[in-house]
Amino acid sequence: MIEALERRAALTGIGQSEVGRRLNRDPLALTADACLAAIEDAGLTREDIDGLSTYPGNFGPNGFSGAGISEVQDMLRLNLNWFCGGPELPGQLGAVVNACLAVATGLAKHVLCFRTVWESTAQGVGGRPGIGAGGGGGFRASGFMQWTLPYGAASAAVWIAMMAQRHFHEFGTTREQLAQIALNARKNAGVNPKAIYRDPMSMDDYLSARMISYPFCLYDCDVPVDGCTAMIVSHVDAAGDCRKPPLTVESVGTALKGRPSWDQWDDLTTMALRDAAAMLWERTDLAPRDVDCAQLYDGFSFITLAWLEALGFCGKGEGGAFIEGGTRIARDGEIPLNTNGGQLSAGRLHGYGFLHEACVQLWGEGGERQLAGDPEVAVAAAGGGPLGGCLLLRKG
Amino acid sequence: MAEKPLRLLPQVTPENEHFWRGGAEGELRFLCCGSCRHRVHPPAPLCPECLSRDLSPEAVSGRALVHTFTVNHQPWIPGFEPPYVVAIVELDEQEGLRLTTNLVNCEPEDVSIGMRVKVLFEDLGEGVFLPLFEPDA
Repeated sequence: MIEALERRAALTGIGQSEVGRRLNRDPLALTADACLAAIEDAGLTREDIDGLSTYPGNFGPNGFSGAGISEVQDMLRLNLNWFCGGPELPGQLGAVVNACLAVATGLAKHVLCFRTVWESTAQGVGGRPGIGAGGGGGFRASGFMQWTLPYGAASAAVWIAMMAQRHFHEFGTTREQLAQIALNARKNAGVNPKAIYRDPMSMDDYLSARMISYPFCLYDCDVPVDGCTAMIVSHVDAAGDCRKPPLTVESVGTALKGRPSWDQWDDLTTMALRDAAAMLWERTDLAPRDVDCAQLYDGFSFITLAWLEALGFCGKGEGGAFIEGGTRIARDGEIPLNTNGGQLSAGRLHGYGFLHEACVQLWGEGGERQLAGDPEVAVAAAGGGPLGGCLLLRKG
Repeated sequence: MAEKPLRLLPQVTPENEHFWRGGAEGELRFLCCGSCRHRVHPPAPLCPECLSRDLSPEAVSGRALVHTFTVNHQPWIPGFEPPYVVAIVELDEQEGLRLTTNLVNCEPEDVSIGMRVKVLFEDLGEGVFLPLFEPDA
């Protein structure tokens, strides 16, 4: 095996702004809150930060991104040796992987990573809009969108619903099984004071919710919010300067071997995360049985099921049976899943909430939702469709 | 689905016009490699199988299998009213030659994975003909 240089990187601090629906706050102010909290959490000052990394940069439709590299560097007057911000990465957490590479190669010592969303405020009082909706009479779809928007397939909800339906067809997966992703998230959100939706949800609630795109009902779709999540990635040799025990990056998964497309991907029951997950295990001696908690992207419930399979917590096609009843993925189950409520119930922080929660659990800071048994290894994964990337963290 | 939903139009370019305008002659066209006969979609400047640049549009039969589908209930685009069926179909001519499309002229509850479908075209104006699919009895 080639040397896994990411092991020279560690997570040393985390921060998160207020997270909520329609906060009507300046997204850059939210970004400041999270970034300063992460720097303080690591026991550093802004003078220590010499790297900056984000996804996707400051562009996209209103609400999708609240700050890019330039705004944050200027706001905090950072003196940077290295920076990177962009959308074409192995998933949203690809920006954190980039930070790991930067410290491993000596380009930076302490990299501040952040992701800001304000989709809830941008959405206003209306429904969640489709891509291209409101574009006016002159709008013409190009790139990938030309193959979907003329058909009213104007959301990843529609594209991923078709992947879920294929999984149902090939493996006999049911809505009652898929429901456990949403029910588990809601149960965990009940003990997370920052979660958006904390009221208990029953199977009946789930099955009677309004349909979005079959088999996805409302509760299979994450909830847009405003908020920023930040974390510090440090070189392990510099991590001694930090306040908390470092969380070593044991391995990362960044592979993409199929066609990078929502509808041309070879096996629609898997998505690009299949390759990223496989790579994660090729770079470590650890195995799925060593993992104490899994924080897996749930922009739509089926993505989490696909990550569970791809990461080897169960066999391919066995995800439905694995999560049935919900006991295996509960906080006291064999692989506690999305222990903060995920994006389905705690809010769509677009991947960064999962890495944040992995760190919370490994540092024992989960409060009422803290896992028993002093968890030592956690996996955080983000992305669906052609996006996918994951990190395996180890305490010490 | 409404008889004529308000559809967003594709941006027609020299690279994709064989696809979007082929319906004027009732043909569903893909780029086909003159060297290895591989059909290429979406359009590309070379064949991804053999790297030949000898690509030209050719019609396919328009017959396909439903690879997967969803019945969409959410009003994403004003004027395009749900429910409607979005499907990914696989053309008979080549494994993996897929299109996202709408299934029409059938009830959503009658759609299933593996059902046979055939192409028909909706004239969107501006010379754009949208390939749709219907049951192939």
